[in-house]
Amino acid sequence: MSNAWLLVLGANSDIAVATARRFAKEGWNIYLASRDMDNLAKEAANLRLRYEVEARETFFDAIDFASHQAFYAALDPKPAGIIVAFGFLGDQPAAQKDFSIAKKIMESNYTGAVSILEVIAQDFEARRSGFIVGISSVAGDRGRASNYIYGSAKAGLSAYLGGLRHRLAKSSVHVMTVKPGFVATKMTAGMDLPKKLLASPQELAEAIYHGILASHNTIYTKKIWRLIMLIITHIPEKIFKKTNL
Amino acid sequence: MKLTAWGQYPVIDTKVILPNAVLAQKLVLESSVIPFGNGRSYGDSALAPNIVPMLSNDRFLNFAEESGLLTCESGVLLADIIEIFVPRGWFLKVTPGTKLITVGGAIASDVHGKNHHVEGCFSACVQEFTLMLADGAIVRCSREENQELFHATCGGMGLTGIILEVSFSLKRIKSKHIDQTTIKTGNLEETFAAFEAYKNFPYSVAWIDCLAKKADIGRCLLMVGDFANDGNLNYKAKKNVSIPFEFPGFALNNLSVRAFNWLYYGKVRKRVTQSQVDIDSFFYPLDALDHWYRIYGKGGFTQYQFILPKEKSLIGLKEILEQISSSGKGSFLAVLKLYGPANENYISFPMEGYSLALDFKIDPGLFALLDKLDEIVAYYGGRIYLTKDVRVSKTIFEQGYPLLDKFREVRSRYGLNKRFHSLQSQRLGI
Repeated sequence: MSNAWLLVLGANSDIAVATARRFAKEGWNIYLASRDMDNLAKEAANLRLRYEVEARETFFDAIDFASHQAFYAALDPKPAGIIVAFGFLGDQPAAQKDFSIAKKIMESNYTGAVSILEVIAQDFEARRSGFIVGISSVAGDRGRASNYIYGSAKAGLSAYLGGLRHRLAKSSVHVMTVKPGFVATKMTAGMDLPKKLLASPQELAEAIYHGILASHNTIYTKKIWRLIMLIITHIPEKIFKKTNL
Repeated sequence: MKLTAWGQYPVIDTKVILPNAVLAQKLVLESSVIPFGNGRSYGDSALAPNIVPMLSNDRFLNFAEESGLLTCESGVLLADIIEIFVPRGWFLKVTPGTKLITVGGAIASDVHGKNHHVEGCFSACVQEFTLMLADGAIVRCSREENQELFHATCGGMGLTGIILEVSFSLKRIKSKHIDQTTIKTGNLEETFAAFEAYKNFPYSVAWIDCLAKKADIGRCLLMVGDFANDGNLNYKAKKNVSIPFEFPGFALNNLSVRAFNWLYYGKVRKRVTQSQVDIDSFFYPLDALDHWYRIYGKGGFTQYQFILPKEKSLIGLKEILEQISSSGKGSFLAVLKLYGPANENYISFPMEGYSLALDFKIDPGLFALLDKLDEIVAYYGGRIYLTKDVRVSKTIFEQGYPLLDKFREVRSRYGLNKRFHSLQSQRLGI
């Protein structure tokens, strides 16, 4: 797939970097889009040196909705694939007290994705090609006391991606939803998380790359999470209320 | 988080400070921090209550095609550099016997390789690096700028701050192959003579049968070589084999080591043989085995590496090899190498002379033997390699490093001794 461009939105996250590298390894050129341009420039240099592909950094603010149309219009050439990797975990207790934090969580994880993806979907639909990968979360599968504001935004994102997949299937555009469980990233380093449930960003990137090749609709990483979430979503509400998840 | 280094001893509890945008803010709150690369130093030199894991700091930033100057972040593995640059006709100027270390680690240990007698240590190819100091400030260090910090950091075991970005030179190669000559010798005198006779080869190292006795003491296979000229740069890293579990204690005993050594030495029949080998088998034979430390069982192992001044090498090595041989403690690998002159760095290991490195399974009685060997090393004016060490005494260490006080003075002047410590630096009062 050389000469094709992948657009990575939220390109400073560990998952985004690993995924960009995985695609670059296969010859994809990469747009890295986020706010920290210095960091993006370094990763772009890294991609060029490591994989001998083209890589460009470009400014993108997920919650500056008004800028999204112009942002996408400025990309030349247009990308053949999109990874939506931006998001914001936020602090649940803080968000319960301060709506501005809750709003930031919702906008970063949901509204921003809808805003930019509607712009991109129009283009892909017209071109009748392309793929979109959205990084959602297992947290969206069932609301839990410990992170339900984040979880509800991710639930919105998962439902949105499902609908977009339905719509774009008619235009040969594939939409894949990724639901990671625990990932060993900057956010989780140093925490003692169970190894069997913990995926590295590289594992996730590998799963995303192969998921796209195989046109999977929704992938869980690691796979065990599909089972875990199946169980969690089927616990009767009566019992669930008494748990400490 | 539980953490150990390559020798699997000791295991400690440690807290992680990430090398991200808020590193400086986090760093200044702690008093015992050490950067941690790929965990390939053997002992306790990268273990501390707080570590900064550097592997995620792994971006390539620039490569000047004309000069071969590579700029990258300090967590880049030498293995990545090789994988990317050998096919483009470049190789490391200096590489140790494993490629599974970071660039930052290569500087902190001021690593050396089979070509030390020609190219010196890793620092010789380093032009400059950026270093985060105790207060979180970032400074540029080179031979012209902050040169004291430069010379303290090269070989400084991570005790001078966090290395962030490094510019260093690669060298041109025309092949992924090495033309190798193997010379078989019968005793230590012959081994020394062979090192001298073949010193025009850029790469040389000897494998010593350290369980040989009496007249055979010091017999070796000396391997020398240089890159071939055939233009074949089609390099792919080899697939690894993993040692799946710790060997039980009895698996490694005097007999099995003796058998291994006998087979290894005995399989070479002629006095001089020629062969062509690839980069991985020539430079990194052990990297092909993941978790090879498991051969030594659960108690861990250590590598004892010392160097003696050239004029005292023959007599000193003989004494040491006799001690080891009569102790019956086994070592699969005893690696002997003739080094070139020392550099200006304050506590870099190499000096002109012969160095021997041996692996030992950690068992009761080992440290007593090593203490005895230390006395011989110190008596002849030699020193111990910190990167491998987990047990040397403060006295022996201090005797070996005449510029140690200079190192301490620079550390104290920059307040680095208030922030950066490893178990090793505390053990040795560095």
